Amino acid sequence: MNALNPDVINRPAASGRSMVEVNNLSLIFEANDAPVHALSEINLTIHKGDFVSFIGPSGCGKTTLLRVIADLEQATSGEIKVGGTSPSDARLNRMYGYVFQAPALFPWRTIRSNCALPMEISSQSKTHQHAQIDKYLQMVGLQDFHNKFPWQLSGGMQQRASIARALCLEPELLLMDEPFGALDEITRDHLNIELLKIWEATGKTLVFVTHSIPEAVLLSTHIVVMSPRPGRIVKVIESPLPRHKTLSLRDTDAFHALAAEIRQALAEDHQLD
Amino acid sequence: MQRFKSLTQHTGFAVAVVILALLIVWYLAALWMNGQQLIMTLERTQQPWTYLEIVRNAYGIARPPLPVPHQIAVELYNSIVNQPISSRRSLLYHTIITLNSTLLGFAMGSILGILIAVGIVHNRTLNASLMPWVIASQTVPILAIAPIIVVVLGSINITGILPKAMISMYLSFFPVTIGMVKGLRSADKLHMELMMTYNANSQQMFWKLRWFSAQPYLFASLKIAISAALVGAIVAELPTGAQGGLGARLLSGSYYGQTIQIWAALIMSALLGWFLITMVGLAERWILKRRGAVQ
Repeated sequence: MNALNPDVINRPAASGRSMVEVNNLSLIFEANDAPVHALSEINLTIHKGDFVSFIGPSGCGKTTLLRVIADLEQATSGEIKVGGTSPSDARLNRMYGYVFQAPALFPWRTIRSNCALPMEISSQSKTHQHAQIDKYLQMVGLQDFHNKFPWQLSGGMQQRASIARALCLEPELLLMDEPFGALDEITRDHLNIELLKIWEATGKTLVFVTHSIPEAVLLSTHIVVMSPRPGRIVKVIESPLPRHKTLSLRDTDAFHALAAEIRQALAEDHQLD
Repeated sequence: MQRFKSLTQHTGFAVAVVILALLIVWYLAALWMNGQQLIMTLERTQQPWTYLEIVRNAYGIARPPLPVPHQIAVELYNSIVNQPISSRRSLLYHTIITLNSTLLGFAMGSILGILIAVGIVHNRTLNASLMPWVIASQTVPILAIAPIIVVVLGSINITGILPKAMISMYLSFFPVTIGMVKGLRSADKLHMELMMTYNANSQQMFWKLRWFSAQPYLFASLKIAISAALVGAIVAELPTGAQGGLGARLLSGSYYGQTIQIWAALIMSALLGWFLITMVGLAERWILKRRGAVQ
């Protein structure tokens, strides 16, 4: 095993452009009555710099797949490589940033101190920490709130803080599990645009779980449509929309056509059920 | 339009009513108990008596079976204000002795309690092997253990405040252990996973997450622990021939039938307990406020 060798990690991918490679991956949860096939024979390649959305109804395994990439769940069978290494090594090398559905900020820390947490853990210098925090709080528009405690901020601001916290470690890969699911639609629109700006500015690879079709269409370069029982990929759609997007794009025919295609893929699969 | 609460809705009014009712019951009970004793003494010496005399004298006996509040108040005043603090006749002198061993025992008990909890949470073997002993330790009557501890420590030349503090520690580590085990395990699952994504080691997990998650539990436990420590200190002063402390004061009062002195010492212990718990509560509020808790 030379997986922990930094050379291997920093120059991943003999295959070059791929950030996540999944081959024939299955995950079965052993339950009391019958085993649950959370993921069944998943094949997927996510390229560097892509914005990939997993979309599907509840129970389709979209969050589970994200958690397998993050090494928070272990696959039962199949292969997965994250940044050219195993998910476990990717986690140990802090290669990705994970944004949960809830902001998961520590209530006893200020916003600044919350953002410092991952950098404290990886023993980075104080000056570097402050520079990173200032940079990314600015990017998410929270520079004036850095000394507030989480409860003093709205839900949307808390989630932005958690995104800034994830960015502070400069991960190549950002994994987001329905980060805006609990927010109202107006805030969500606003944060979607912010997220697109951040993605464009940083060139990171983004994997984004959602159950909102308009959100998936607006954000993604690739949309992975999933279906439950067993959790599987139905279709991977490459977006014909430009990478640089604005909210007004939502009123175009191309947008509606893509949304219709996703809706159809979801519906077709339901008829099979 | 401003609305006024009616008198009966005020909490102050409710408290006043309860206190008044207690005082009435107290004075009536004292009249009955002390009166009976008076009657018995008078009849033994075959003196004539009237009920009016009994009522008049029932609240002025030097060693009444049940002293009344104003007698206790006078005793408290005399033994606090009219005595120098260094005098063995001063109640404050004894209070400070008890306070010292309470605080030392509380500090030792809290540290021991936290250490045991950390061990139990982090080590499966300790969880299985230590927890039954921790629980068994509290089923032993402290009154039976206290003299043994004093004698054993005395035989290895440990005397003075330490044996008393050990008994306080013995009582106060338990709530801290129980509370901290619960508290250290209460860390949010999402926060734990977040720390996993940062590849945090178990020390970082402890100092940056578990320790803070446990704090509300810790303070609840500390409030119980400090009152247990006070009980421990007083109990330790009872059977050990201690010369000072509220426990010694209680014991000497009962030797000489000084019921008023006993009650004054009891009231003092209650006030001391209230004071100590309030201090822990203030510390809790101060620390949690600094950490950004609401209010």
